[in-house]
Amino acid sequence: MPTQVLLNIFIAILWMFFQDSWTVLSFFSGYLCGLLIIFILRRYFKEQFYIFTLIAAVHLVLVFIWEALTSTIAVIKEIVRPKVTLTPGVFKLQTGLRTEVEITLISLLLRLTPGSVVMETIPEKGIIYLHGMDMPESEKAVMKSAERFEKAIKRVTRNE
Amino acid sequence: MSATLSEFLTVLLIFIGTFISFLSAVGLIRFPDVYSRAHALSKSSTIGVVLVHVGTLIFFVFQEGFFSIRLLLAIFFVFLTTPVSAHVIIRSAYRTRVRMTKTTVKDDLAEYFNREKNIEGIETQDAR
Repeated sequence: MPTQVLLNIFIAILWMFFQDSWTVLSFFSGYLCGLLIIFILRRYFKEQFYIFTLIAAVHLVLVFIWEALTSTIAVIKEIVRPKVTLTPGVFKLQTGLRTEVEITLISLLLRLTPGSVVMETIPEKGIIYLHGMDMPESEKAVMKSAERFEKAIKRVTRNE
Repeated sequence: MSATLSEFLTVLLIFIGTFISFLSAVGLIRFPDVYSRAHALSKSSTIGVVLVHVGTLIFFVFQEGFFSIRLLLAIFFVFLTTPVSAHVIIRSAYRTRVRMTKTTVKDDLAEYFNREKNIEGIETQDAR
């Protein structure tokens, strides 16, 4: 990925020199040309075309915001209930993620699924302990969304 | 027309944000123990603060024609830091053996730390 970005910037500067106009606009148009060239040549690079990774990252951010909104609504529902009837509990989640960046990302995302906060992580084994607010339901919700998050994260970090 | 519309949107967003913050404060009082209070505080108040920021951003864009990148940064950092603080608070609470409420149904973490279940009402040997 760094090679591709550097190459793209190099093409942009080259384009700027060819145009003989030292402006941001010509640099930008050169950058777009470079994107096109790298897109055409993408199968000669070892790594994935970096725009695809960028798109995956943007998708991850959107998932993050959506989960934040839904979990807020879930918590507020619990708060405004006339009588607080919580059945909290701590449960274990086994994930296929290992590196520090991946564990950090999944903890950030999991915290936002309705009714769960990360309590303890064991990165070497990919185990995460979570505190659920409404026990059987929140455990099921986490198990369901954890797979989706794992896929979204792996697409960014491992190009899968 | 556009000025009034943007004003309306700003007021609406800031009102919703304030209301959500207020509700999360109510949740802080109503919920039974540290662990469930972390839910109420970290989640709802994040969205509340973020909505207020978005309202301010829209106000400045439409009224003053000024796009504040610092407000976006504030939103980003609020999103990034509140989960960490909630995690650290309840992690240290569990490690210092703060009891969970009586209605707790499950405690998987007990076996990891090799100790009795950390729930109110269950007598343990290391209870203080």
